Amino acid sequence: MNAPSITTTAKTNTVSRHFDMAAAFKDALKAALITLGLSIPILAYKTDQSGADLFLTPRWGLVAIVCAIVFGLRLVLHAFTASRAYARATPTSRQATEPVHAMPSAYQHVSRFAIPFFLGTAVAFPVLIYLIQGGLNESRYWVDLGILILTYVMLGWGLNIVVGLAGLLDLGYVAFYAVGAYSYALLSTTFGLSFWICLPLAGILAAFWGMILGFPVLRLRGDYLAIVTLAFGEIIRLVLINWVDLTNGGAGISSIPRATFFGLPFTAGEGGFAATFGLEFNGMHRMIFLYYLILALALLTNFVTMRLRKLPVGRAWEALREDEIACRSLGINTTNTKLTAFAIGAMFGGFAGSFFAVRQGFVSPESFNFLESAIILAIVVMGGMGSQIGVAIAAIVLVGGPEVLRNLTFLQSVFGSGFDPNEYRLLLFGMGMVAMMVWRPRGLISEREPSVILKERKAISGSLVKEGHG
Amino acid sequence: MEIFVQQLINGLTLGSIYGLIAIGYTMVFGIIGMVNFAHGDVFMLSAFISLIFFLILTAWLGISSVVLALFFVLIIAMVLTSLWGWTVERIAYRPLRGSFRLAPLISAIGVSIFLSNFVQVAQGARNKPTPPMVQDVIVLFQGASGYNVALSYKQIIIMAVTAVLLTIFWYVVQKTSLGRAQRACEQDRKMAALLGINVDRTISLTFVIGAALASVAGTMYLLYYGVVSFSDGFVPGVKAFTAAVLGGIGSLPGAVLGGLIIGLIETFWSAYFSIEYKDVAAFSILAIVLIFMPSGILGRPEVEKV
Repeated sequence: MNAPSITTTAKTNTVSRHFDMAAAFKDALKAALITLGLSIPILAYKTDQSGADLFLTPRWGLVAIVCAIVFGLRLVLHAFTASRAYARATPTSRQATEPVHAMPSAYQHVSRFAIPFFLGTAVAFPVLIYLIQGGLNESRYWVDLGILILTYVMLGWGLNIVVGLAGLLDLGYVAFYAVGAYSYALLSTTFGLSFWICLPLAGILAAFWGMILGFPVLRLRGDYLAIVTLAFGEIIRLVLINWVDLTNGGAGISSIPRATFFGLPFTAGEGGFAATFGLEFNGMHRMIFLYYLILALALLTNFVTMRLRKLPVGRAWEALREDEIACRSLGINTTNTKLTAFAIGAMFGGFAGSFFAVRQGFVSPESFNFLESAIILAIVVMGGMGSQIGVAIAAIVLVGGPEVLRNLTFLQSVFGSGFDPNEYRLLLFGMGMVAMMVWRPRGLISEREPSVILKERKAISGSLVKEGHG
Repeated sequence: MEIFVQQLINGLTLGSIYGLIAIGYTMVFGIIGMVNFAHGDVFMLSAFISLIFFLILTAWLGISSVVLALFFVLIIAMVLTSLWGWTVERIAYRPLRGSFRLAPLISAIGVSIFLSNFVQVAQGARNKPTPPMVQDVIVLFQGASGYNVALSYKQIIIMAVTAVLLTIFWYVVQKTSLGRAQRACEQDRKMAALLGINVDRTISLTFVIGAALASVAGTMYLLYYGVVSFSDGFVPGVKAFTAAVLGGIGSLPGAVLGGLIIGLIETFWSAYFSIEYKDVAAFSILAIVLIFMPSGILGRPEVEKV
């Protein structure tokens, strides 16, 4: 997690031709020493409990390994920076004449093939898994993982409206997810309403809450707005925990009715989904149905977002992101613009929430803590704020990645049998967010397509827009 | 009446802990205008450092005097936590100067997630209870209904240490060249650089001082509650940030004042209303203050320039 000295090297125009080994070695040694200082005592001693007493277990071997890794990384980094700085100091003729805006073509190439590819894979996923795994029951794990990833893709796209398009940093997005989940859970368990009635209701309720929470924060900007949304998110979670009469408190609401196939329940008996279509009953039918349901919801989110970007309100969002003062002086009603961003973002959060409730059959306040907000935000940030395909890729990597890692058995033989990558997932999330901000503050895919096109389609480099100043 | 006095004492103790953390927020906001979201986790980390060194000193080196052990723990924790504060600034915040406005906040959230999970992975997810440290109390007066108003030695230590450190800190900021450099950077970073102040170093030192004060708060927190877990950074961090905003962000006396007010509100709320909703109260105050009184009690209103 050591920052490179790229910024300082880039500033000095005179770069010596050879790589200064002694200086690099010294610097790496310094980094290792700092790491040693940081590891005392958090890494060096582990506190274990026996009965009421704590005792310490020294782990100096681990500290030595960590310091060695930092030392090595720092050396490699120096070699890398030196070669890069050298390349920069001696530009080739091609580089020297290259126009500034020529870069985005790479993104255009990617997007032309990537979008149909991802879409095709997503639609065909259950079938592919069925063929690969050779059976419905065998593919259960993978379909489940697909549902999980798509839920986060949808949440990411929903938050992207608020953060990526309107430039309002929302740290309490999970509150709307919670509103959606609890709306479905409460409406279905108390009034017996079906999922298909509750889904739009949950969206409307979440949008309503988005407006209620959005209204007071209209005057705030940047950091303050982020902190207030964080406070609102926490307030909603704490109320869910403490208002036991309504929400059953920390124990949560269980036995939430399951989704039906437009009225046909997924049951084994007469009148069920399998019997009606003459299929053999299998619990996986419900899972595959849920998969296509969340896929449809996610694509709906994407479709609506893409369309909204072309409407005046969407353009106003992007204008707001770029410069709020300019926006106001051009006569855009910033109040309405912000409120619609909050409400529409929240609505999709609400949809995702009611889907979450119907999939789990159980909701509790612990599913909606700040960390969940931070994960969704990490997905949006790493995907490149405002980029739809980037968010989808980030969700696949961040949510699917640790799951895949867990199944790689050779990792267990390297790190011991108790190795669980999920433990390190959030650690890597944190490091990833910092690394992203340091190296690519505009995300993995930093180019963006303009929403409005005059004659020809030209992508704009992310470095040409200044977002997030509002 | 007895309950009132007792809660007043408890509230002031808690408030001094919040005040110490709040200074870190307010200083960093004053000098580079960012919310150091990871500050609460630095505080939590320092509580862990104190816990481990307390165990080393008492169990392995056999220091029997708890006060002496605490003194050493305090110094070691300040040094090591400062190193963490410096490293975090160097890695996660310094490269972002001049990036877009939300970048430092997002980076700070990343650091916050990293630190709490680092401690979880390194030390385990369970609550860590400390061996009993200072148990004695002084009974100030006995109430009619048999309710004793007590001032524990712990509370005396906490308030005394806070007062001493705040005095030292005040001296550093007001009288030394470092403090002058800091105040200059706060007013105008570019001008300060032109006048020969090493701005990067000053900002680094701001983080170091903030982390050192947070580590004092961490040690005091450990002493007061006797238990710490990896997730303990978030809520005290938010409360201390509330204190900083309430006092007027950027204002150092404001941070201490805000800390005391938040501590008092929390204890009185728990005593007279409901203990379940005490965090809701803290978060609500945060939202209300930010929305209706963003410049706080002692702060200057922010002027927006085009």
